[in-house]
Amino acid sequence: MKELVIISGKGGTGKTCLTASFGYLAENKVMADCDVDAADLHIILEPRVLEKEEFWGGVKASIDQFKCVKCGLCAEVCRFDAITDSLTVDPISCEGCSVCFHVCPENAIKMDEVLNGHWFKCESRFGPMIHAALLPGEENSGKLVALVRNQAKTLAKELGKSLILVDGAPGVGCPVISSISGANNVLVITEPSLSGLHDMQRAINLVQGFNIPTVAVINKYDINETVSSQIEAWLGENKVNLIGKIPYDTSVIKSMVQRKAVVESNQGPANEAIRNIWERLSRDVLNLEA
Amino acid sequence: MKIAVASGKGGTGKTTVATSLAASLGRRAQILDCDVEEPNCHILMSPEIESSEAITLSTPLVDMSKCNLCGKCGEVCNFSAILTIGKTTLTFPEMCHGCGGCMLLCPEKAISETPRELGAVETGSFEDVEFVQGRIRIGEAMAPPLIKAVKNRLNPNKIAILDAPPGASCPVINTVKGSDFVIMVTEPTPFGLHDLRIAVEAIEPLGIPMGVVLNRSDIGDHEVQTYCGEARLPLMLQIPFDRQIAEGYSRGKMLIQTNPDYVEKFIGLFEDVSRFVRKRSETKQEPQS
Repeated sequence: MKELVIISGKGGTGKTCLTASFGYLAENKVMADCDVDAADLHIILEPRVLEKEEFWGGVKASIDQFKCVKCGLCAEVCRFDAITDSLTVDPISCEGCSVCFHVCPENAIKMDEVLNGHWFKCESRFGPMIHAALLPGEENSGKLVALVRNQAKTLAKELGKSLILVDGAPGVGCPVISSISGANNVLVITEPSLSGLHDMQRAINLVQGFNIPTVAVINKYDINETVSSQIEAWLGENKVNLIGKIPYDTSVIKSMVQRKAVVESNQGPANEAIRNIWERLSRDVLNLEA
Repeated sequence: MKIAVASGKGGTGKTTVATSLAASLGRRAQILDCDVEEPNCHILMSPEIESSEAITLSTPLVDMSKCNLCGKCGEVCNFSAILTIGKTTLTFPEMCHGCGGCMLLCPEKAISETPRELGAVETGSFEDVEFVQGRIRIGEAMAPPLIKAVKNRLNPNKIAILDAPPGASCPVINTVKGSDFVIMVTEPTPFGLHDLRIAVEAIEPLGIPMGVVLNRSDIGDHEVQTYCGEARLPLMLQIPFDRQIAEGYSRGKMLIQTNPDYVEKFIGLFEDVSRFVRKRSETKQEPQS
């Protein structure tokens, strides 16, 4: 079984549009959306939820005001400024470390488990899919990402699927680290802007730290061909295979507004470029059987 | 006055709005790039960086000559960052959240602390605008303490513009917490709308007023406008798609450099925001903790 993760560093460079298109073109696969704090793949795939499960990822402190003798020790030891001046817990700042719980001489503090989000096992237009939704503002996105990937793997094994397509999160932090660790291949999609270049460099440095084979795609490459060549040069120096370039094409937005993958209409230059990328990727990189 | 710029969806124009807003305000403004995973304000502003400070987190260091292998540290750690196995106590510094629990609760006082580098905070200036940014070390997962370090450099005498990371989870909350107003930047597409909703839901419990800037306002559909009406979110500025702006951005130019007409619009945006904040503090509808 192969697992391909699509990330970008910079947000809005086309991760989800590309993943959805691959989802349309690939056979025998499971899809997983690991952008758990702003998942968008389901907007295109319109999945039917088969199972909805809760995700309890951590704990938070609460103080029993009847037992509390206002000694203030909890506030003294808390490194996250989560104990207010009136000795109550600010749930937003509470990291769930339990240090206050351990030091309270009156046993007035308890740690409550927190519902951080939900995950969903679905059937979609493009086949089986796992996605998740962190509750707005919540923590533990890395844990939820790991859970989504594990569930996708289990499902793929059950159904005898040979590929997992993973839509990643922007950035290079907790959820991204969690979505690439142990994956077979990573695809980094960027755009020809100095920000796109900068963020791609950081994302690829991260992936290379994990020794995962990486390929790159430049989206909207003709918006600025000078920066595109700069990106190509950097990829060459860093031995990253540029597997394709997608031209700027207004039909990409049109298909998104219609909640369709770019390649579904089978029209336009972006569609053609993505199909070529998928052909090379599945044949030469993922070595999938035709 | 503290104004955070957030979005939900990435790539909608947060940094474009934050940098142009700060630059339009000139010497009255300070910009703080809190998108520590992928800070981009510096690309558009090319600031002069005057100082850089490493930000660290305290992680455990076990003195095995004092450790009696009781295993208390592993019991109290909620992050699987320390564990007694056989004849030794192992630490996993990458897992550590720096709570100090193991050190505090070790009965033998065998644990001291050693710093793990999270990244750096850099300060400097772009013309008259004070500039602060955080930059996470590649491979480091914990953004919130670094965001906190950026915010510690907030200048109360300036109009602070905080550029938030995308998404709607803890790094965003850590950034916008304590702000007087949040400008949500989005685009008129199903993705833009969906992620805007999630971000609004995440920020609402903080009781901070929000408004929307619609970028590339003519590329998609009208659902964001409809939503703003229903949710009573003021639509404060619309920026139509302009290939020149996109090209300028790709070369690292701010919106107001490509099109100086926008200076007035951004000053207008700031005035609308301050009116909103003033009105709110006068009426004080909801007491905030």
